[in-house]
Amino acid sequence: MNQPGRPERSSLGWLILIAAVLGGSAAAFAYTAGWLAPGRLTPDRMIAALTPPSGPPLGHRRNHAKGICFTGMFEANGNGVELSRAKVLVQGRYPVLGRFNLGTADPNAVDATVRVRGMGLQISAADGEEWRMAMINPPVFAVSTPEAFHDLLVAAGKKDPEAMKAFTRANPEFASFAAWSKAAPWTGSYAEEPYNSLNSFVFTNAKGDERAVRWSLVPTAEPTSIAQAELEKRGPDFLEREITARVQSAPQRWTMITTLADPGDPTADPSRAWPENRRKVQVGTLVVQRIEPERDGPCRDINFDPTVLPQGIRVSDDPFPAARSSVYRKSYDLRAAEASDYPRGEVAKP
Amino acid sequence: MSSVPHRFAPVQRLLHWLMALCIITMLFIGVGMVSTVTPEYLPLILIHKTLGVALLVLVLVRLALRLHLGAPPLPADLPPAIKLGARLSHLLLYGLMIVMPLLGLGMLWAAAYPVVLYGGIEIPALLPQSDRVHTLLWNTHVYLGLAFFALVLLHLAAALFHALVRRDGVFATISPLPQRERMKPTE
Repeated sequence: MNQPGRPERSSLGWLILIAAVLGGSAAAFAYTAGWLAPGRLTPDRMIAALTPPSGPPLGHRRNHAKGICFTGMFEANGNGVELSRAKVLVQGRYPVLGRFNLGTADPNAVDATVRVRGMGLQISAADGEEWRMAMINPPVFAVSTPEAFHDLLVAAGKKDPEAMKAFTRANPEFASFAAWSKAAPWTGSYAEEPYNSLNSFVFTNAKGDERAVRWSLVPTAEPTSIAQAELEKRGPDFLEREITARVQSAPQRWTMITTLADPGDPTADPSRAWPENRRKVQVGTLVVQRIEPERDGPCRDINFDPTVLPQGIRVSDDPFPAARSSVYRKSYDLRAAEASDYPRGEVAKP
Repeated sequence: MSSVPHRFAPVQRLLHWLMALCIITMLFIGVGMVSTVTPEYLPLILIHKTLGVALLVLVLVRLALRLHLGAPPLPADLPPAIKLGARLSHLLLYGLMIVMPLLGLGMLWAAAYPVVLYGGIEIPALLPQSDRVHTLLWNTHVYLGLAFFALVLLHLAAALFHALVRRDGVFATISPLPQRERMKPTE
């Protein structure tokens, strides 16, 4: 009850206090949401940096926008059990869903113009537990940190040639990737490329032993080097036509090789390769059995988020998987909302 | 009149303050995690999912207790418009507590993400992947989340108003502190 005779000014004081509590709470909320910190690297800013001048690829992934789906099997040989208790490393055959892709934000890019080729992959255990990954063909990543990757995108998007020079001065680790990009041979097929995790993950076996690991899918197909100029003559989509025909004639295989870090190896920096003599364990074979166009294919609506990991595998101190997960999620939210801009080929008829 | 409770039961008060703490944490984590690309993104999203499912269980317990035990009456001298506002805001709070975790789960299912909680607990998907459903649920989750925070602020303001300005005993009904010696009515 209101106590009669209580001075009015005391009420005013309380009201001011209440207003201050509300204002402070709202400000803390706005700060947490990043609304007061325009300098924070958010998934939105990363996606803005990925967006080409011609505009976002509506309905498509914001990076690695051009791709084609595949399905097949992962045949685990059981050697991986020593390293991780992940069910899909126990000897056996596990269904996979994947996507060959190009490292570009343009879904209509000319195949011969894109240096980086990639593979998204999802391996499912019998109980449905999933292991998703997204790998690329260079042996090292371009930069050491997500912030540097953002700076790279911004610098590469500028017309001023000084921008890239300033970037390479500030991020000398970029030299390894640039050397690969300049000198590595081009091939005429997705089937002749290796696909590397680059990021380090921690494998935990049944005894609880932990090891930092990177992995690669190494093609069994013999790579044939072809000049980029020669590839340009094959048409804008030759990679998709080639892999479709090749898989139709025979399943294509990759050996999955895990590399174990020694203590002190740079697990947090995917721009730095580990020494060649590190122990390697072959854990199985990826068999690609069927190719399907992305438009109606099963990979289209999957986010190959590299932090979707089975029990027995977890992220390491490498900062990239978390950043990729955050940005991929945003990309997925955007393209799902834009699905009408990328309609399926088969329209259901009444 | 002895059957009408003058305070919420201890278990109701405990649930109220426990859930208040968790919900405020959820709202802050929610806006924080979607605006970061740092390694904290992963533990934040894991906490958000785990706490969200825990809150869904807790709100069902709380709703059952509320229906079974009831609530103390509002002061008789409270203006009818304020009483109506109090009832509506509590209905909205209960509605959001129930709907927000369901929207969160649904948007993950509709995006074909496995829902794995702390400790490796996996929640099976009850919805198939669907761009349209994902977009609808995701948008609703985001905008209702912001509305939830606004409602929490309004609730906080009303609580402080009752406790500090009106001093009408409403705050004491839910206060986490043991009740002080009650003043004997003098009338």
